[in-house]
Amino acid sequence: MVKEVIIEKINDFLIDEFEVEQDDIAPEANLKDTLELDSLDFVDLVVAVESNFGVKLVGEDFVNVKTLQDFYDLIENKLS
Amino acid sequence: MNRVVITGMGIYSCIGKNLEEVKNSLYEGKSGIKIDEERIPFGYRSPLTGMVERPNLKSDLSRRQRVSLGEEGEYAYVATIEALKNAKIDQDYIDANEVGILYGNDSTAQSVIESIDTIREKKDTTLVGSGAIFKGMNSSVTMNLSTIFRLTGINFTISAACASGSHSIGMAYQLIKSGLQDCVICGGAQEINKLAMGSFDGLGVFSLNTENPEQASRPFDSSRDGLVPSGGAATLILESYDSAVKRGAPILGEIIGYGFSSNGDHISTPNVEGPSRAMLKAIKQANINPSDIFYVNAHATSTPVGDANEARAIVNVFGENGPYVSSTKSMTGHECWMAGASEVIYSMLMMHHDFIAPNINLKQPDEAASKLNLVSKTLDKKFDVFLSNSFGFGGTNSALIIKK
Repeated sequence: MVKEVIIEKINDFLIDEFEVEQDDIAPEANLKDTLELDSLDFVDLVVAVESNFGVKLVGEDFVNVKTLQDFYDLIENKLS
Repeated sequence: MNRVVITGMGIYSCIGKNLEEVKNSLYEGKSGIKIDEERIPFGYRSPLTGMVERPNLKSDLSRRQRVSLGEEGEYAYVATIEALKNAKIDQDYIDANEVGILYGNDSTAQSVIESIDTIREKKDTTLVGSGAIFKGMNSSVTMNLSTIFRLTGINFTISAACASGSHSIGMAYQLIKSGLQDCVICGGAQEINKLAMGSFDGLGVFSLNTENPEQASRPFDSSRDGLVPSGGAATLILESYDSAVKRGAPILGEIIGYGFSSNGDHISTPNVEGPSRAMLKAIKQANINPSDIFYVNAHATSTPVGDANEARAIVNVFGENGPYVSSTKSMTGHECWMAGASEVIYSMLMMHHDFIAPNINLKQPDEAASKLNLVSKTLDKKFDVFLSNSFGFGGTNSALIIKK
């Protein structure tokens, strides 16, 4: 899957399912501070990734994920 | 000891989505019973049920709040919004005062089953999502509403089968009476879905009158053939009299008696002694005579044994041709965990609008019921004291007495 498609899918579910403000979507956006995702939302991110990309994440996968760019990269690596 | 008053009410039921709609349905003797077509292929004996629409709360609650809220919680939220508004309680008041919640609920079947189905399919517990645990616990309603409304007082769920809603009012009454709380949100919620009622249907106690769904629930009638399940939610705001006066709240009624008992008998077949004791305890606590009670809202669910034994219990307590009696379940079906709270609201609406709602579908009372003063057509009457009965599996009984 090309990177642009990954980014578009992630942005779409963040806006539609997680009700993140479209204006807050930016590669440098911090998932916790800017997008206001809490620990419970990270569980739902695992669900969203599984249903959108068929990839099962575990908690450890998020250790170095701080920004939206980190998240895009994580999914790209999992799919490669 | 504090006096305990009702300052707000809210209702979301199969006979109306708010107090005004419900009041009109009660006066008109309108049934809310329908057929749920999905139940037959699913394996039910009876597809009859009360039906309510799932509310769309997208504009009212955040995603985090919505994903944790199951069907019964959604109904309870809608009823509670109406009750708080009715009581003139806003978020600023709640933030500045200790308000508690005691709510009746005894199942979250759909939430539990759907999350387990997901785990079975995906073989991964994380994939049920973050809301599943908060929707699936039996205290789902109280844990969600206490978070949504930022409540800081008492906070737990009362599970007592079909008397849950009534006991929640009774327990809130006790806490306020004793001075431990000033204001408590209480009520009852009941999910309506095919996953929730299958095991109850399996007992063979649901009416099979699918030809005439609106005539299926016929408490006290000699041709009754079982109950009709139903649901929704009902919320009452209970408050100390002093607190209500201090903030200029509407005082809708005063709770003067809460009698409870356990049958110590069969798990599902009700008896006569247990309910009689609950009613007598409530009357003694209210410090009134049985003849002071003008109306009894019966628990009567339309089952052959249950209705007959309640009729005998009412005759035990009040004598023959005592107070007016009707079962609003003839219109609503059996709202189970919600019923004890909703039926207090139905009776309050009657008391405030000077009528007694009919026990519809009552053509020929059976022998035990023939000794009651049953109301089969709407009766325009002023009254100021009523008793509401609620009984549940395991032989749990609750009787509440409320005066204007």
